[in-house]
Amino acid sequence: MVMNGKFERTYTLTLADSIMIRKLKIIKLRQIPAVLFMFLALWSCERELTEEAEFATFPQDGAVFIDGFSSGLDYFPFVGEGADPEAFSVSTNEKFAGDAAMRFDVPFFGNGFVGATFNTTANRDLSGFDALTFYAKASQAATINEIGFGINGETENRFQTTLNDLQLGTSWQKYIIPLPNPSKLTNVSGLLWLAEGASNVEDEGGYIFWLDEVQFEKLGTLAQARPRIFNGSDIEQLAFLDIPVSVSGLSQTFNSAEGENITVVTTPSFFDFESSNKDVAIVNESGVVSIIDSGEATITAMINGVQAEGSLNLMVEGDFDFAPVPNRSPENVISVFSDAYNNVPVDYYNGFFNGDGQTTEGGAPPLNILGDNIINYTSLNFVAIGTFLDVAPVDASEMTHLHIDIKPNEPVLDEDFILIRLLNGVQTDNEIGGFVRFDSSNFEQDQWRSLDIPLNDFNLSDTSQIGLIFIESDGTLQDIFVDNIYYYREE
Amino acid sequence: MKIKDKRTNYLAIMCCALLIVCLGCESDSTQIVTNFDNLVLEDNFDVEGAPDSEIWTFDIGTGEDQGLDRWGNNELQYYTSREENVKVENGYLLITAIEEDFQGSSYTSARLKTEGLFQQKYGRFEARIRLPYGSGMWPAFWMLGDDNDGADVWPQIGEIDIMENRGQEPTLITGSVHGPGYSAGEAVSKEFEFENERVDTSFHVYGVEWGPNYINYYVDDVLYNQITPEDVPGDWVFNDRPFYMLINLAVGGAFVGNPDEETVFPQTMLVDYVRVYQE
Repeated sequence: MVMNGKFERTYTLTLADSIMIRKLKIIKLRQIPAVLFMFLALWSCERELTEEAEFATFPQDGAVFIDGFSSGLDYFPFVGEGADPEAFSVSTNEKFAGDAAMRFDVPFFGNGFVGATFNTTANRDLSGFDALTFYAKASQAATINEIGFGINGETENRFQTTLNDLQLGTSWQKYIIPLPNPSKLTNVSGLLWLAEGASNVEDEGGYIFWLDEVQFEKLGTLAQARPRIFNGSDIEQLAFLDIPVSVSGLSQTFNSAEGENITVVTTPSFFDFESSNKDVAIVNESGVVSIIDSGEATITAMINGVQAEGSLNLMVEGDFDFAPVPNRSPENVISVFSDAYNNVPVDYYNGFFNGDGQTTEGGAPPLNILGDNIINYTSLNFVAIGTFLDVAPVDASEMTHLHIDIKPNEPVLDEDFILIRLLNGVQTDNEIGGFVRFDSSNFEQDQWRSLDIPLNDFNLSDTSQIGLIFIESDGTLQDIFVDNIYYYREE
Repeated sequence: MKIKDKRTNYLAIMCCALLIVCLGCESDSTQIVTNFDNLVLEDNFDVEGAPDSEIWTFDIGTGEDQGLDRWGNNELQYYTSREENVKVENGYLLITAIEEDFQGSSYTSARLKTEGLFQQKYGRFEARIRLPYGSGMWPAFWMLGDDNDGADVWPQIGEIDIMENRGQEPTLITGSVHGPGYSAGEAVSKEFEFENERVDTSFHVYGVEWGPNYINYYVDDVLYNQITPEDVPGDWVFNDRPFYMLINLAVGGAFVGNPDEETVFPQTMLVDYVRVYQE
């Protein structure tokens, strides 16, 4: 899969969001007749059931692709995202069993990718199954980036479940994708989805893989569930009135009959969430935490009574205090991190130079608070923002100042300081650096302070290839908010 | 945990009967079929606390005091009789493997035995057990022959492994015998595989029926192996002495391999009951 190196606001979108966008694009661009048909089919189906005065239940049909398309199944390539719609075909010569298998031709780098969902108009009740299984092989050893089920634009992919980096060999082998919580899957349209492509020249492309006997099964041997939220970490963070927080990093792991721990990335809809203090924070079915009042609350989750690893402890002190909105004219600005401008491409907002003794957390990714991106560095000793690895260095030779807004989230002591360091020509023979130091008189707890630093103060002979901006405190100020990092030309 | 009793599994009973019939055809037709229906020992683990000291004693440490280096298998655990590692609770015997630095070992666990307290030649020995899971877990329910106060040594004393499991193989158990010429890696073994079931999510009965010149291995109601003198490439050492039972949870070692970063600790082996019958 291709990840966009350019800095856009999309970094806070979850995978599900991006798939939803894909799906919406597909609906708009390519599949109007099919979707219309799907809608009509569902609509007529529901009306019939109402007339029968019975509860709507869906067939407990586990078949996806045994020797052909199962009931109501259709192919929806992610054309809007650049998938090759010709990548899928039905193979009758290469197959594991029966008459036919699914064949996917993975294009060479730069020629699109295999990306599609296979949805049925005859929705299924999958609650009696515990896994999506299939046999697969490839023309060469390969890794399928993403494969799973539960894509459905109409339900915002609420049950999307994905196995990442599935390793295929050149002989047929059976693979298992566990259902995170089968009881929730009583009405499913998206039976299979996958995305695989060459994300760079070295990545594998120009090969074929096949899937066969794709079906939902009751294996009975998947056990020892280990659900996780926040990737199993216990997170503590500040929260602010009326600014919701999302539960992320959701996965479910099962141990298979082969003794293998299989982890799928999944969605909040499989989990039951709980808030330790419902006067402060409540969680809805989509994993969105609403902040109601000041205080403290811890968010935890379960699947089928199994406590998920990981939690979110929220400290709510009041309203969020946003940084001052910049008002300089965009033509006089080169922005590295600001919602007021288009930002230049950036490698990272935290280089994690842990080998060099860095302790700083945060910035990967920045916080998104009601659409406003803010970096919260914690355990700060030093941290670097990079523009030299996969992106062009910043040419600030026409600029006169560097602007940064900083707010300490802790008491400011006399010896505290913040030092801003610039490096030009990073990892070249002409690498040079310089810094400007700001003592504690420049900062106040919980107050935004704007630093407007003349570039001349950095004493750099060249500012045309700035590759790193360091923010350093040597551990004095450890918890700060940072916003609006940009170079500007004084008007 | 809902415990399902498999005794009403008629299909299994049919299979069992079929197996017995088939085995009967293969074996010497003069063999006497014995029924072990006289219950002589039963521990249902109904008294909370330490296991019944009239039935159970412990092996402690790494085997050094018995002249064994890490129990002869490069096992990683240090056995204790501490409550953390072994206790009776809610009607079950709990043997728990813990990851901790203890007396130079990285793990602790427990090994119970009836040596000197209950020993018997021949009979039906069974236990109902739910096993732990994860790479490096090596639970076992097994028997060793009496060593005549150290006069006889393994493998001459004989070893009957009623059930062993590798934690990374949650649907497989192994039943084995060890004796002179067929010990350790050369043991005479057979695996039993559960269909659509696992050893770590439900209780299963693991047992042997041991009589003159035969040992029958069964899981729940399925007889899956019979070992007789013709099956072993050495002396049959199972007709001449009483054996005692052992239940343990080892960590790591030659048979199972070591735990990896995905192994979850602690892990607990639950024993619902141990029963021994005579003819």
